[in-house]
Order: sequence, then structure tokens, then C-alpha cells
Amino acid sequence: MSDVLLSIENLHVTYRTDEALVYAVNGVNLNIMRGETLGLVGETGAGKTTTALSVMRLLPDKIGKIEQGKIYLDGLDITAATEADMRAIRGNIVSMIFQDPMSSLNPVLRVGEQIAEVLRIHNDKLSKSEVDRRVDELMEMVGLPKERKVEYPHQFSGGMKQRVVIAIALACEPKLLLADEPTTALDVTIQAQVLAIIRELKEMLNTSMLLITHDLGIVAENCDRVAVMYAGEIVEMGTVEDIFEEKDHHPYTVGLFGSIPDLDKNIDRLTPIEGMMPDPTVLQAGCPFYDRCPQRMDICNTEKPAEVMKGTHMIKCHLFSNVEKAANVEKVGEV
Amino acid sequence: MSAPLIETRKLVKYFTTPRGALHAVDKVDLKIERGQVLGVVGESGCGKSTLGRTILRLTEPTGGDILYDGVSYLKYSEKEMNELRKKIQIIFQDPYSSLNPRMTIGQIIAEPIKVCKTITGKKAIDEKVLEMMDLVGLSRRWINAYPHELDGGRRQRVGIARALVLEPSFIVCDEPVSALDVSIQAQILNLMMDLQRDMGLTYMFITHDLSVVKHISNYIMVMYLGQCVESAAPEELFKNPLHAYTVALLNAIPRPNLSFRNRERKIIKGEVTNPINPKPGCRFASRCPRVSDKCLQQDPPLKEVGQNHMVACTLYE
Amino acid sequence: MTTKNVDKTGVGKPDSRDYTKKRSQLKLIMYRFSKNRLAVLGLCILCVLALCAIFADVIADYQTMAIKQNIMNKLQPPSAEHWLGTDQYGRDIFARIIHGARISLTMGIGTVLTSLTIGSIFGALAGYYGGKVDNIIMRIMDVFLAIPNMLMAVTIVGALGGGLVNLLIAMSISSIPRFSRVIRSSILSVRDMDYIEAARACGTKDSRIIYKHVLPNAIGPIIVNATLSLANTILSISGMSFIGLGIEKPMPEWGSMLSEGRAQMRYHPNLVIFPGIAIALAVLGLNLVGDGLRDALDPKLKN
Repeated sequence: MSDVLLSIENLHVTYRTDEALVYAVNGVNLNIMRGETLGLVGETGAGKTTTALSVMRLLPDKIGKIEQGKIYLDGLDITAATEADMRAIRGNIVSMIFQDPMSSLNPVLRVGEQIAEVLRIHNDKLSKSEVDRRVDELMEMVGLPKERKVEYPHQFSGGMKQRVVIAIALACEPKLLLADEPTTALDVTIQAQVLAIIRELKEMLNTSMLLITHDLGIVAENCDRVAVMYAGEIVEMGTVEDIFEEKDHHPYTVGLFGSIPDLDKNIDRLTPIEGMMPDPTVLQAGCPFYDRCPQRMDICNTEKPAEVMKGTHMIKCHLFSNVEKAANVEKVGEV
Repeated sequence: MSAPLIETRKLVKYFTTPRGALHAVDKVDLKIERGQVLGVVGESGCGKSTLGRTILRLTEPTGGDILYDGVSYLKYSEKEMNELRKKIQIIFQDPYSSLNPRMTIGQIIAEPIKVCKTITGKKAIDEKVLEMMDLVGLSRRWINAYPHELDGGRRQRVGIARALVLEPSFIVCDEPVSALDVSIQAQILNLMMDLQRDMGLTYMFITHDLSVVKHISNYIMVMYLGQCVESAAPEELFKNPLHAYTVALLNAIPRPNLSFRNRERKIIKGEVTNPINPKPGCRFASRCPRVSDKCLQQDPPLKEVGQNHMVACTLYE
Repeated sequence: MTTKNVDKTGVGKPDSRDYTKKRSQLKLIMYRFSKNRLAVLGLCILCVLALCAIFADVIADYQTMAIKQNIMNKLQPPSAEHWLGTDQYGRDIFARIIHGARISLTMGIGTVLTSLTIGSIFGALAGYYGGKVDNIIMRIMDVFLAIPNMLMAVTIVGALGGGLVNLLIAMSISSIPRFSRVIRSSILSVRDMDYIEAARACGTKDSRIIYKHVLPNAIGPIIVNATLSLANTILSISGMSFIGLGIEKPMPEWGSMLSEGRAQMRYHPNLVIFPGIAIALAVLGLNLVGDGLRDALDPKLKN
């Protein structure tokens, strides 16, 4: 059994609206190992949610389309699977939790019922008492008193609703959890609680996780590996040590770090990245960060940079491919 | 010594609900000197937004007093209040609901001028609008665009321009960057800091993000369930937090730094309790790791502990 | 002043959209509407109906063709002289349908305008001021809503007697609650927006807030509902006429044509098919336009 749980190869996703064709994801390659947490970092419009929805094959009908590429989950080819196959997988092998706890739960069903539903869908042999027992177990696991399973979502606060969502997602002990900004809408103290629960449960069940966030602090505390996404492409990827401690980085990553006001440093002015993400309806010939990059070169506008590997650290930038090329030239000269 | 620009004395705002009085803001004292930035921090339900709106009399205070430049304006008539409104303004959190979708950017920025009649004549008004757009770094070509054609960052710049067009001295900034992407946040924060320094503005900067507030404030106030629980200068507050809630808040912030990865996180338990008809005693008692019987008897008063550092806790009485 | 914070987006890449020219909201709405093919189809249908209504007298003389009975000519099938045939009294069906358009549209528009005006006043007061005012007004509206439309109309016409004016009164009263609800919820959704607070923050008077900020934003749903209500009203008028209330014979109203033609349906279906198609087309056209307007006025809803 391979260590690689999820493998995404050269994924291209588009959204087709009446007005335009949006290139949401443009050639994404990433892997997640068993038991590992991969942080997917980027800003609005980078394509992170689209990537996650593609893994679940939940792109909006008729509008979203996987144009190219392959996704393999635990050996199964997701891109070629039928809808019936996918229904058996969703909630069972792979689960997703979304950003807004207010709209993730059905307001007219009791929370216990919503947790039970996912159990029943994937385990039709379970008796009613077994389902009840499991629901109680799950409520306790996420830190909610089991007596509250008869209550409705509106009787819970935001943080508690998110815990219910986590219970539903982990009910069938999936191998992969996709968490799309699970704590962005929550207060910071509640965020800490919810992230702690997610960490605990992940350890207990050895679940892999794709954690989508724009908060580098959350990444530092929760992830094993990190991928930085910009305009539909992964521009940098590596272990947390690579991203937080190595000195070489993609200029966008440098910009992201420079934009956040750090509690531990005393800086006068932040150094934000100028400008905005490029128009997603236009396919970029070169590097999508060209317009905003303080270190741009002419080649960046015309040629897409290659993915340069340095051990576990990947950077997709012309600045570093030259270094590689130069090193190769030297080697040849030596011989 | 001149009076502080904005002062509140035991400011109270209660909302009546079917289940009782909701204590949104409960006896808050604050002073903001001219040209200073007061950061107000707290999580949802702490009353910080209500505090900002009450100071502007967008909602009427239930009790206490509010003063501008030493003069109380609690009982000002509509006419006097309209005069004062030119000097106190507000920037909103949500760039998507703070601009009228049926008006162009130019019309939105010009609207306060037309209402208050500070400038007359179409040409003069147009010039002022362009001047404001330059001031906030908004390209002139957007002048006839509609809000839905702009992204969040630009919309927020429009909101800032609108707040500045009457040339106020004091601005309540209600979470102005919370709804923006990280790199846009940084742009807007820089803009707001530059404007504050260049124009000598006074801000009340409301946010839930402690790292942002450290950056921009001269003084910080931490709120919990309608009360101020601690206040101090930024360095002092971060180096030496005294109230258990401030400590919890600081602990909870995820740091983009691997050295904090496996620290022992003292994560605070429980949720914010109900601000409706709160019982006497410290409102943080149910979640406080240092709670004692004394805490449940009466509201601990705000006491000065060291250089301009105030805290409301029985441990420091 | 400072150039530190200048908006540097779009530097290097020209943005083809030009925002320096003033573009009216109305043009934008019309543009979006025009891109929706079904809506444009609906609009064409309505235009045809409107033209029929306006030029009815020119197309077919009222007295000679639509009203005057001519037993010799009765129950003729469609021919060159009578395009849709004649009914059991020898009247030209085509002429009656054309004139029927005038009656349906006039009555429909009259009803909608009346109920819209009165409903708006109540709904606006309830929505903007809230509290007790809101409660009283809406509970009165609830009473009216509890009574089925047709039943209320029948009762009123029964009490006041037949005739166009009474019919208009009856239909209007049954439509008022619906409009007051729509306007009230429109205003409620706008009232708590930050931009209303921003207006108050510079001391804007209530009246200016309502006409400059609230109404322009609330008007979308109002227009859409008015269009759809018009469709309903035409249907209701036809229904009323079908059961013999309201429109007096021999006025050529589509519903009464259906009613009169029932007896002849087996061997002369043209007596009921064509009025039926007319009703269906009118309602379809209005519904398509209503939907198109809703999408054009709030493009965010679509995506």
C-alpha cells in the first residue's frame, strides 16, 4: 500500500459562465501522504476551493469542468469515476468542511439527525441503536454534550456549529479531510479550540488533511507541508520548515509574509504586494505573478517558469531556474 | 492641558429584547487625545461596534455621557448634531454593504458634501471628489464606475474617501480591513496610517485582530461582554498582559513562526456567555482559569496598575 | 499629497473598459435584459399585444366587427374574410380578440397601478418605521390575505354590482396586501445596510434617505412583482368573466369568450382555442419579461 493518499496531476479547471470563461486552476500538481496535513495557502481567487471541490467532484454542474488532468484518491481514479462511485466515496473516504458554519447545517433538522444521516448512507447495515450510540460518541469526541443532539442548529453558537460539522465529516472515519477555511468565520479564541479538536481527531484517526487557509499562522501551527497557490497555479511547495525557515522563496511568498503584521516584530510600515491578482478570464502565457513581482524579468512575461526542486522544496520561478542551469553548466565544465 | 478630543463617561447602551435588557456597552470610560489612535479589541459580542456607533450617536446612548473637545453632545439638537457630524465620521467593515449599489463612486463621495452643503457648485464639488480619490490612491478612471465593478480593496478606499470628504477630526474605524484579503489589508492599513499621520486624524480603531491593532494604535482597550477589562499601551499590553482574557486572546493567535508550533497552548475553554441581564460579578468568571469566590460577588472595577495600565480583575484590586 | 499609496493596478496592462464616461444605470439594465433571449421574446409578445390594444380600432372596427351580431355569418371557420372565423353570433373572432387585448391590458394595468400605489404607501411605512406601525399594518394585511383572491373579488363585485370600475376595485383590493408585503420586505432588506447608516452619519434627513438610498434599491423586486401581478390579474379577470362576473356582455373579453364558446367547443373549437391562446400568450409574455427584469436588475442573483 503506497504512502501517497491523494495525487493530483496537471489539473486544469475552468468555469463557464454566460459572460466569460474563467481559468480557475491551471496545471496543479500535488500529493498528500497518509496521515499528513497539507496546507494550501493563497488569497481569494487563487483556486484553492476549486481544487478541493474537484477532488470531491463537486464543481457546480454545467459551469465547472475539469478540462485536463488526473486525480487519484487511494488508488481510485476520481476524474474517471461515475457519479454513483463518487456518492459512495463522499462522506466515507473523503469529507469536506466549509467555511461558513451558519449555512453548512440544515436549519430544520436536529443536529443528531444530521450526523446520523451520513452514518446511515454509508453503513446501511447498522441498527438504529448502533447509529444512536455512534452519534453520541461523535458528539463527545468533538466536545459537545450528547444531550444536545436533539437541538437545532440555530441553538448553537458558530464554534459549536463548526464542531457539529466536524462530527459529520469524521463520522465515517474518512481517509482524507478537506477543510476549506474552517475557522475564518470564527472568533480567534474559538478558532483555537476548533483547530485543537481537528488536530486531536486527525491524530486519533490518522486522517490526512488538506487545510485551505490564507492565515500563515494557522499553517505554521497545523501543517506538515505547505503549498502556496496563486492565480490557479502552485508557485511554491515544501515542508513547513522549507517554507518558514529556508531563505529562498517565490516572490509571492515573500510578499505574503511581508503583508502580515507580526506580533513579534516591530515594523513601521507593512510591505504589501502592489496591485491585484490578474484577470482569471485571460490565460497567462508567462508567470501569473509578473505584474506584481518586484523582481520580474523579461522572460517571466513570455515563458512559464519550470518547477525547480531543491530536495523537498519546490519553487516555480525563473529566478531559481537560472541557478539550477548555472550549476549544471559548471558541472559539465568540470568534467 | 487641553481636553481630550473624544471622551466617554460611564457610557451605557442597553437593547431591550423580549428576554430582557441586552447589555451591549456597560459603563465604559475612555479618552482619546487629539492625533492619537485608540485600538479597541475584542471578539464578537463584546460591544466594540456598538461602542463606536454610540459615540457617533448613530444609536442613542442609554446612559452616561459623551464629550467632544470637552463639551458634552449627548443632548445636542438635530441641528447641532448635524454640525458636529462634520467632525466625527465612520468607516465601515463590509465594503460590499457600505456603498449604495445604485450610485457611482463619484456620487457616493460627493453625497456628504451635498447633504451638509460644505461646498457648493458642481465644478467645486467635482474637484473635491477627484482630490479625495487621489488622496486615497484611487485611480481617477473609476469615478463613474459602480461599486459592484470594484474589488473589496478599492471599495474600502471609496469608504475612506467618503469618510474624509467632510474633513473630520475623528474617525471611528469599524473593522475596516477584516473583510479584505491579506495583501490588500496591508495596503489599506498603510494608507490609513499615512493619512492619520499626515492629516493629524484621531482614530478609534475597532478590530478583533490583535496583530493589526498593535501596529496602528497608541493605546489599546480590550473589551469583553460590554466592559473594558484591560487597557494599556501596545508594548506594555503585549509584554505584560494581566487580565486572563487578554492572556487567552494572545495565546489563541496563531503565529507564523515554527518556534510556536508545539508550545503548550493554554486554550481557553467555553464560550462567551449571554449579555442579557448579566448577573453581578466578573463576566469572565465562568471561563477564567484563575477564578475565585470573590469574583462572583461584584463587578471588579477598573484599577490602574503601573504606567497607564488599567485592569479590571479581583487579583489586582 | 502622497504618492505612496497610489493605485498601481493595471500598470502595464491596458484595461479596455473606460469608466470615465458616465453610464446610466438604466442603459446597463436594458443591456443586460437584451442579452436574455427569453426575456426579449416575452417583450416582443407584449409589444404585439400592446400594439393590438392601442390600434384596435384601426385594425378592426369595434361596432361592426366585434359587437354587431350577424346571424347569417355565424360559426364560420377561418377564412380570408374572417381570419379566425366567427362565433355563434356571427361576430369576427379576430376582431374580438384584438379588442379584448385592449380591455385586458387596460384593466390589468389599472389594477396593478392602483394596488401598487396604495400597497407601497402601507408597505413603506411598515418597513421603514417598524415596531407598532409595522405590526398594525401587517396584521390588517394578513386579514385580507387570509381571504382567497377570487372569493374576495366575487364578494365585492356581488355587493357593488358588475361593471368595469367595480371589477377594478375588487381586483385592486385583493392585490394590495401582496404589494405591501413586497415593498415592506424590500425596504427591510435595505434599511439595515451600512450605506444607510453612512448616510445618517453625515446627518441625511429621513426623506432623502428614502428617496435616494432606499427606494432605488428596493424598486427592483417591486417592478418584477408588478409585472408578474399583471399576468395574474389578466388571468383573474378572465376567470371572473368566465363565471359571468364583472365584464358585461357583449364586451369582447377573452374569458367571457371562453365561457360563451364552451357550448360550441366540440364542432367549432376555434371559438375557445384562440381566446385561450391569447390569454396564455399574454401571461407567458408577462412572466418572461418579469423574470428577465429580475435577472437584469440584480445580476448577482444569476451567478
